Amino acid sequence: MGSGKLAYFLAKQFASKGYHITVVNTDQQEAVTFSRSLKATVIHGEGSNPTILSQAGAYQADVVLGLTGNDEDNLIACQIAQKEYGVPRTVALVNDPENRPIFEKLGISVAFSATEIIANLIEQQTSSDEIKNLLPVAEGKINVTEIALSESTSIAGKTIDEIQLPTGTLIASILRRQDVIVPGGDTVLEINDRLILISQPEYYGQLLRLLGAE
Amino acid sequence: MAQSQYIVVVGCGRLGSILASRLSSQGNSVVVIDPWESSFNNLSSEFSGFQITGDASELSVLRSAKADKADCLLAVTDKDNINLMVAQIAKNIFQVSTVLARVFDPAREKIYRNFGIATISPTQLSAEKFLANIPKN
Repeated sequence: MGSGKLAYFLAKQFASKGYHITVVNTDQQEAVTFSRSLKATVIHGEGSNPTILSQAGAYQADVVLGLTGNDEDNLIACQIAQKEYGVPRTVALVNDPENRPIFEKLGISVAFSATEIIANLIEQQTSSDEIKNLLPVAEGKINVTEIALSESTSIAGKTIDEIQLPTGTLIASILRRQDVIVPGGDTVLEINDRLILISQPEYYGQLLRLLGAE
Repeated sequence: MAQSQYIVVVGCGRLGSILASRLSSQGNSVVVIDPWESSFNNLSSEFSGFQITGDASELSVLRSAKADKADCLLAVTDKDNINLMVAQIAKNIFQVSTVLARVFDPAREKIYRNFGIATISPTQLSAEKFLANIPKN
């Protein structure tokens, strides 16, 4: 449920991936526009209204997404979907980043804060060209990072076996010019290689020092 | 009267202002929250508590009202969903012992009553009042 560009483009993207989508939109005019341009069932109404949820087929839904601009509407809609209609997975957008952990305590499967995500992206993009944090996986227990090997690195010309990666870290692939290499122990590292690293946060610093990227 | 309590009233419309004024005049320490400063004009002259201008769906606003220290929280804005959200935060996160939420929609009221949130539905109350006042023949 939701309105505006976010709901529109998400619905469009998921529909094109073959998911069966129902959009609940509070704005009647926008609901009409959505219904004409989306491959989705569009219902005009309030997503936190139990009757509307039931009309939208909440009984059969696998996931309910609360994407409106109001935290409270997202919370209540997701809770009703979950508790009243047994929807197994609920995802809520929060505007106030402080509400994210609270929503998860109140039973929402996943709460995400667009503010937080955008702030992180901006920080990463402005921090360093050599290191890019691509994404945290499993709530940040694993990080996927991209690192460019600079001239100053001491490990160029060595094989992956020789450099002895710390435990809890892995070079998942190497981007070398146009090629993507899935490395083995005997792969030799070169300057300007871009390494895609998978690491547990506690070993990340060790890994960066080894690669000479810090 | 009973011992003075620390009471947070969320929403200072017609209902909120009556509750806040009445509770304050009974000697309780009352904090009332509303996003519009002009709403505080609804409070009677008996009100001697604090006013906080802010949106109660923002956690820092609830914190600044010291909702985590309250004995009682009344969620009486004109929006059901805000009331239900604030009530759950007060009850489940801040462990406030008495929490009451106003919910207009009887369907939503029933669902949340089953989850253990104490709700009062003006719609239901007035329906009962109307029905009780129709003479039976």
